[in-house]
Amino acid sequence: MGMNMTEKILAKHAGLDSVVPGQLINCKLDMVLANDITAPPSIKEFEKIGKPVFDNTKIALVPDHFTPNKDIKTADLAKAVRTFAKEHKIVNYFEVGRMGIEHVILPEKGLVAPGMLTIGADSHTCTYGALGGFSTGVGTTDLGVALATGEAWFKVPETIQVKLTGSRPNGINGKDVILTLIGKIGVDGARYQALEFTGEGLSSLSMADRFTIANMAIEAGGKNGIFPVDEKTREYIKDRVTKPYEIVVSDADAQYVRTVEINLSKLKPVVAFPHLPGNTKQVADIGEIKIDQVVIGSCTNGRLEDLKNAADILKGHQVHQDVRCIVIPGSQQVYLDAMKLGYIETFINAGAAVSTPTCGPCMGGHMGILAAGERCVSTTNRNFRGRMGHVDSEVYLAGPHVAAASAILGRIATPEEVQ
Amino acid sequence: MEIEGKVWRYGDNIDTDVIIPARYLNSFDPQELASHCMVDIDETFAQTVQAGDIMVGGKNFGCGSSREHAPIAIKASGVPVIIAANFARIFYRNGINIGLPLLEIGDAVDKIKAGDKLRVNIATGTIENLSTGDVFHSQPLPGFIQDIAKAGGLINYIKEQK
Repeated sequence: MGMNMTEKILAKHAGLDSVVPGQLINCKLDMVLANDITAPPSIKEFEKIGKPVFDNTKIALVPDHFTPNKDIKTADLAKAVRTFAKEHKIVNYFEVGRMGIEHVILPEKGLVAPGMLTIGADSHTCTYGALGGFSTGVGTTDLGVALATGEAWFKVPETIQVKLTGSRPNGINGKDVILTLIGKIGVDGARYQALEFTGEGLSSLSMADRFTIANMAIEAGGKNGIFPVDEKTREYIKDRVTKPYEIVVSDADAQYVRTVEINLSKLKPVVAFPHLPGNTKQVADIGEIKIDQVVIGSCTNGRLEDLKNAADILKGHQVHQDVRCIVIPGSQQVYLDAMKLGYIETFINAGAAVSTPTCGPCMGGHMGILAAGERCVSTTNRNFRGRMGHVDSEVYLAGPHVAAASAILGRIATPEEVQ
Repeated sequence: MEIEGKVWRYGDNIDTDVIIPARYLNSFDPQELASHCMVDIDETFAQTVQAGDIMVGGKNFGCGSSREHAPIAIKASGVPVIIAANFARIFYRNGINIGLPLLEIGDAVDKIKAGDKLRVNIATGTIENLSTGDVFHSQPLPGFIQDIAKAGGLINYIKEQK
């Protein structure tokens, strides 16, 4: 019986010829990731085991959530990560000023590649499936054990095939694709399952689109999201990945638990209403919803193309007088490139605030917390109750096109409405 | 191990942001996390929960972030077991890894209400609703997962294997 990409990668890392869904296996890991919230408790668990780190080149530590530190307690957390990184000579430690949001910077630095198996103590670790690897989020105990052993146990997931037909129109982006999918299958529609994206529509999706889509596999309950490797993937990794890697392809007779089809040509700009990422509605159908804040950035939409999409709409316009617009490039490299290309100037001329890379407001950390009753259109990934601040605030998830248009008009809007 | 306790009942898609909001993740001290547990949807929980009380949720309990702070906050509140229709993947794994038993009983969870008294046998997965007389059975854990649970969590299990 044939295997799909997820099964092949898991089998190989378990040293097995084949695996089937439901099988419990132990795998060797290629990359292990933690951030300033999850590394400190992981280190505490690691120290209980009493072994050295398994490989100081296969661990990435990225203090990105509360950094640059917002208060003394979070400064203590970041310090614990810094001290550990020095003590164990962790090669891939990214300090403030040289850093980025973890899921932007790991692909950017070539630390994740096709066929690799990555775990991270952050649920959006599933982002790297965009490059044709298996990657998934875990908690801090799993991470602490992995720091010492370089291994983790997995239950082989069933796989849902997401067949993309048609071609992505201009003005539609990866966020519209994934929010439409989650709206269709629900926030538990892929619970404990893999999402494998296939079909002729793939070729119209940029790498930024794919990172956004894989990033939010977890919002459908997915264990991982995975894309086949094509010319665009090869182009992306060409000057980034220096280690050997293996391109994995699903067999023609691979098994899928079900198939969901999305026609990219028919997609419209969408927004996910509070308080679940699956409350997806077409922007054209929602009437007037006034907003107080717009956030453009995050591990979901903080890449250069996302900033370009927003800047192209904001250029020559002003952010609405009742709106704070906060733009957060996903890495120092994205920031620099956006500066060279004039996007940062566009944002500042439009009246937006631009920040150094941080997860910041996405999970209500800092840099844009909402007061009671406030509404935010955000290119982030979660709109749970209280996620970005007060329990009575509201987050509407959207892609950079809708976010930029909404910032100008002071209400949730499509780019076509900006003229 | 048999547990008897009163039910705190929550709905579907209880996410880790409401179990422990990120504004409290500047600490990973279990007691401090427990003092803010569930605060955004139930201000009474952290104040009045008694050791031995049982948390019961609907579908996809623990969805969202990978923060292990969430099951830690619940465990440190004195809750010895969580019962739900089903659990989100990372939360389930984290519960097992910290030695907090999680039992999945599907739609039968609809027959458990807030304030009911339950008797739970973790080893057999048998749940008796002492308030209504209903009896439910959860799927037993796979052998290797049971070994982790018996060891009291993944760290002890790994240390035993050394």
